[in-house]
Amino acid sequence: MFKDEKMQELKDKMAAWEQSLQKSLEKRPERKPDFQTDSYIPVETVYTPLDLENFDYLEQLGLPGEYPFTRGVQPNLYRGRLFTMRQYAGFGSAEETNKRFRYLLEQGQTGLSIAFDLPTQIGYDSDHSLARGEVGKVGVAIDSLKDMEILFDQIPLDQVTTSMTINSPAAVILAMYLAMAETQGVDMKQLGGTIQNDILKEYVARGTYIFPPEPSMRLITDIFAYCGEKVPSWNTISISGYHIREAGSTAVQEIAFTLANGIAYVDTAIKAGMDVEQFGPRLSFFFNAHQNFFEEIAKFRAARRIWAKIMKERFGAKNPRSMMLRFHTQTAGCSLTAQQPMVNIMRVAFQALSACLGGTQSLHTNSYDEALALPSEHAVLMALRTQQVVGYELGVTDTVDPLGGSYFMERLTDEIEMQVFNYIDQIDQLGGAVRAIEQGFMQKEIQQSAYEYQKEVESNQRVVIGVNKFVVQQDDPTDLLKMDPTVAERQEEKLKKLREERNGQQVAETLKKLRSAAQTDENLMPLILDAVKAYATIGEICDVLREVFGEFQQQVLL
Amino acid sequence: MAEKKIRVLVGKIGLDGHDRGAKVIAQAFKDAGMEVIYTGLRQTPEKIVETAIQEDVQVVGLSILSGAHMQLLPPVCELLRSQGAGDILVIAGGVIPKEDISFLKKAGVAEVFTPGTTTGLIINFVKDSLS
Repeated sequence: MFKDEKMQELKDKMAAWEQSLQKSLEKRPERKPDFQTDSYIPVETVYTPLDLENFDYLEQLGLPGEYPFTRGVQPNLYRGRLFTMRQYAGFGSAEETNKRFRYLLEQGQTGLSIAFDLPTQIGYDSDHSLARGEVGKVGVAIDSLKDMEILFDQIPLDQVTTSMTINSPAAVILAMYLAMAETQGVDMKQLGGTIQNDILKEYVARGTYIFPPEPSMRLITDIFAYCGEKVPSWNTISISGYHIREAGSTAVQEIAFTLANGIAYVDTAIKAGMDVEQFGPRLSFFFNAHQNFFEEIAKFRAARRIWAKIMKERFGAKNPRSMMLRFHTQTAGCSLTAQQPMVNIMRVAFQALSACLGGTQSLHTNSYDEALALPSEHAVLMALRTQQVVGYELGVTDTVDPLGGSYFMERLTDEIEMQVFNYIDQIDQLGGAVRAIEQGFMQKEIQQSAYEYQKEVESNQRVVIGVNKFVVQQDDPTDLLKMDPTVAERQEEKLKKLREERNGQQVAETLKKLRSAAQTDENLMPLILDAVKAYATIGEICDVLREVFGEFQQQVLL
Repeated sequence: MAEKKIRVLVGKIGLDGHDRGAKVIAQAFKDAGMEVIYTGLRQTPEKIVETAIQEDVQVVGLSILSGAHMQLLPPVCELLRSQGAGDILVIAGGVIPKEDISFLKKAGVAEVFTPGTTTGLIINFVKDSLS
């Protein structure tokens, strides 16, 4: 990249500079013995062309929208369209969440993102004994197509895209969405959106699994195949590092484990007889934007380059769309503090900026009160305004990958790539991601990092403002979101009424058909869709699948 | 005379899958010389109490971030009392609003630790309470 004689000259200069640096350090010693990123990558005093000696621009970066997509998946990125502003929301019943959705859309949000409550995510109806205390808490309670119809009342599905954080019962929730679109008269081919549908990270980090890995992977490939044909614009999976990071991983582990899981999904789909070019372009990803600003940007860039190489070299993809890593970002929930919560607004802003500089396709900014309760409406509005400032006011969206070519940024991107491939090699040697998870490899690595992080905070090696530095006594805000305690009751009543009003025979028949198909290799999506349209509940459908598939038993590791 | 090791159950109650805090505190208890029984996810109050009695623990530490604490924590204390194990120290941690804490304490939870609490503080609380 640079002329030889110039490099030699720089080397000489650098040697002299280092000597003078040593002298100045005697007078101005450094703040700490070593400087590192969150992934423990050493950070030097300064970076120069000497750090990128074998740098090959075209090979390592390329142009925006071109392989290996380091600089982004679109040729003009945000000059065309800004990142989609997509706030994850959902609480209480479908009625309440519908109101929040419509509020967010009125405030300029451009896409929806549904948070479901835990019973829904684990395939229990609101009146199940294990749903005690959980109905409508961390998200909206959806028991049947009825609730889905209420949730999207007056929201035109051909004009918004919807992201749904649903994994184990993704097929059921997707079927409800498709059935509801039909009642709105919207063609499936027009529907845009994403289901998370990423079971592997549930076993590793998030915990809302139902079935064992094998049938879970089958449900996922059934969705790939069904949507490939019927819902072509739908993102059939959002392979997620977000929760891996929240569980305590480093940035390198976040990317490594996510892409290793990605490899497992691609492998499974290919083994099921699918063509990589058919489902490859519909794979999407979801990452965390954490505190270490430059490492986060480098992480996003490295992730794009690594995935492009994997799809091209490992899976032989030819269509560039199959190689593009498109991703959603959420700012780091675990970085928010209950102490001096307004400071979280600043944390979120910088994290959002890193996601934007890293070229994210969509963004959720966290609300400042999330370490205290579910976000209140005014905190959500502040969070949305924060990303609007990043998108509309700073000018950072005017050129593609503005930090590309920075000596530090490129060095960091290279280093992350190298460490990620090392992890992927290790996971390959364990027999792939599924085996690595069964053996607890990823879980142990994450746990270790989480514990280290906590020890660093407690020993003041890692500064967290308000927690171990600049601590002040402050009362909690009094305007936190209060949950309506009658949600569970209302859901139970709705369920009772539904069971009385629907055609019970039709429900029983569709469930019977689903049960027998689950015992074969038949694609289950059409059968789940039939059951959903007959107003079978999520609990009833998942119970049928539990009978056939069994349930996953967590291996408790410590 | 060697001090008898403190036995503590660390568990996730309810459907909540956020186990980072639970695992960190379990590891910290271990490093502080305690014997830790870690239950993993999706424990009901009944299962927690059964395990606590079976394992003969002195402390039950429950982590919950889903907001179901008001419904799930009091039954643990009640069941322990009704099964003659009311002397077991019950502590909880998670995203739990201040205004709920006094209710939980009245129900029998000895202390509630909210985000930002150090593991050192929790360990000291357990040791002081048992001494």
